Amino acid sequence: MDNSYQGVMARKNEIMKKAIGIDYSQFQLTPLAFDYEKMMAYGGYTIEKIREIQKEQGVGNTPLYELKNITKLVRKLSPKGKGARIFLKDEGANPSGSFKARRAAISVYHAKKNGYKGVVAATSGNYGAAVASQAAMQNLDCIIIQEAFDSKGVYQPEIMEKGRACEAYGSEVLQLSVGPELFYVFLRTLEETGYFNASLYTPFGIAGIETLGIELAEQIMERTGRKPDKVVVTHAGGGNLTGTARGLKKAGCEETEIIGASIDLEGLHMASDGDFNRKSFTTGHTGFGVPFATWPDRADVPKNAARPLRYMDRYVTVTQGEAFYVTEMLAILEGLERGPAGNTSLAAAIPLAMEMDEDQIIVVQETEYTGAGKHLNAQLSFAIKNGIDVYLGEPRESVPGKSIVLPEHPRQLSVKEYSLDRLRATYLKNIKQNFDINSFTEIDWQFLQAELNTSLDNIKKLLSGKE
Amino acid sequence: MEKIPQGTYVEITKEVLPKGERAPQVPSDTQNTPLLLKVKGFLQTPSIVGEEVEIKTVLGRKITGVLTNPNPRYTHDFGDVVPQLFKVRESIKNFMKSGDGHGQ
Repeated sequence: MDNSYQGVMARKNEIMKKAIGIDYSQFQLTPLAFDYEKMMAYGGYTIEKIREIQKEQGVGNTPLYELKNITKLVRKLSPKGKGARIFLKDEGANPSGSFKARRAAISVYHAKKNGYKGVVAATSGNYGAAVASQAAMQNLDCIIIQEAFDSKGVYQPEIMEKGRACEAYGSEVLQLSVGPELFYVFLRTLEETGYFNASLYTPFGIAGIETLGIELAEQIMERTGRKPDKVVVTHAGGGNLTGTARGLKKAGCEETEIIGASIDLEGLHMASDGDFNRKSFTTGHTGFGVPFATWPDRADVPKNAARPLRYMDRYVTVTQGEAFYVTEMLAILEGLERGPAGNTSLAAAIPLAMEMDEDQIIVVQETEYTGAGKHLNAQLSFAIKNGIDVYLGEPRESVPGKSIVLPEHPRQLSVKEYSLDRLRATYLKNIKQNFDINSFTEIDWQFLQAELNTSLDNIKKLLSGKE
Repeated sequence: MEKIPQGTYVEITKEVLPKGERAPQVPSDTQNTPLLLKVKGFLQTPSIVGEEVEIKTVLGRKITGVLTNPNPRYTHDFGDVVPQLFKVRESIKNFMKSGDGHGQ
């Protein structure tokens, strides 16, 4: 068998078909368009069924906290009558310490039900620990593949911690140096083992997050008697936003504004060996957030079920320094010590709450666990060792890979708008490169309207390059 | 050099793709490095560091590579003291203690 890079990549479709067991051609309508809702219904995982599986695995039903002291801080900074109530959904309380347990519970359940002996996931993030934990609970073998260290052999401390967690749950962990060929190792591992591809992006994986949106809506309504006005979601691969938004809609929160928030890492190359250890956040950043929103099918499945542009009402970015700052704030004002990456949405929620009325509600939809390696002190100290200039000042002056600027005062927290039309235009550019738009039918144009959550007129305008 | 006994939990390193055979899309700094894999397991025959060895992983899979680390430990921690964080903490606390004034 040809095991060269090209040889294995040439067998990609065949390997994937065996490892996922879904024939994606059944959803395809035209070369471009596919029936997204039909795909999301695949396997009969209704929301009731998903809740039942998650309950069985001890996943979900996480606490909702009102951040009363941070709300007080926001009101001190806001004009009279402004400053919304801020709530936080403590997803760090899941087994394995993040919302990722919701996806993993369903993926591993599906693998077991379909007779697979084990699962494989390619992830350096919390999802690895989630799959490893669920595989242990459901008695399957588990292999996690991580991009973990640079060519000098230096590990990103957060990834080393996640590798440790996976090993603690009994998984085999394959750790790789920097590069997208992780996918090549992933394919070879699937081929060698015959295990299930516990991808982040299967329909049932994404449907697993819908319970987060539903729980959040139910808890807010029970506590306050009203629906959330805004929900802020840390955005990377798009699953968190897609699943949460779908859950909110199922709970009747059609009007709730869904805001994606990412750490701004513009200028750093995600496949660069030299840039690898110059970032302090391994997820929740624009290096995933922008490419996955504008070309979802870059994922490790033929059709990605995470399609954030269908649901995102607004996209904002914050800096690394601001996310570290609010991590410290959450600990000292609210008594909650949680991981920095999950606090990306908290960093955005604080300035967003200042724009809102006092009786309104904004929800920070997620936290993650913290510990050695994935702690603000560990990350900042690692950054300083890598020559990053860490100082107090104006956070917007920071340059990813060169400096991290911690605010001197809470009034310096802000969000930077990232235009949705800019994301849509990039999405359409990718479509033009991969499909013949001159042969598009009515079905294709309707699909694009749903994909981009915008009008045909706007799509035509964006395609013509005039904004 | 003393041999590491069979059955010891070790880390091996394996070259997956050599320099120059990396995926075409990777940037030049990454192109100039091999793709390396590190994995842990139980040593199958007594060996010394630097030798090509076979290990059995926790799942019982056999993998070969260069023995790089016997009894590998996790080296991540909470890092050195970061003095800037004390200033952050102070500024947040001072602001909360200061007068109420809207928009101040």
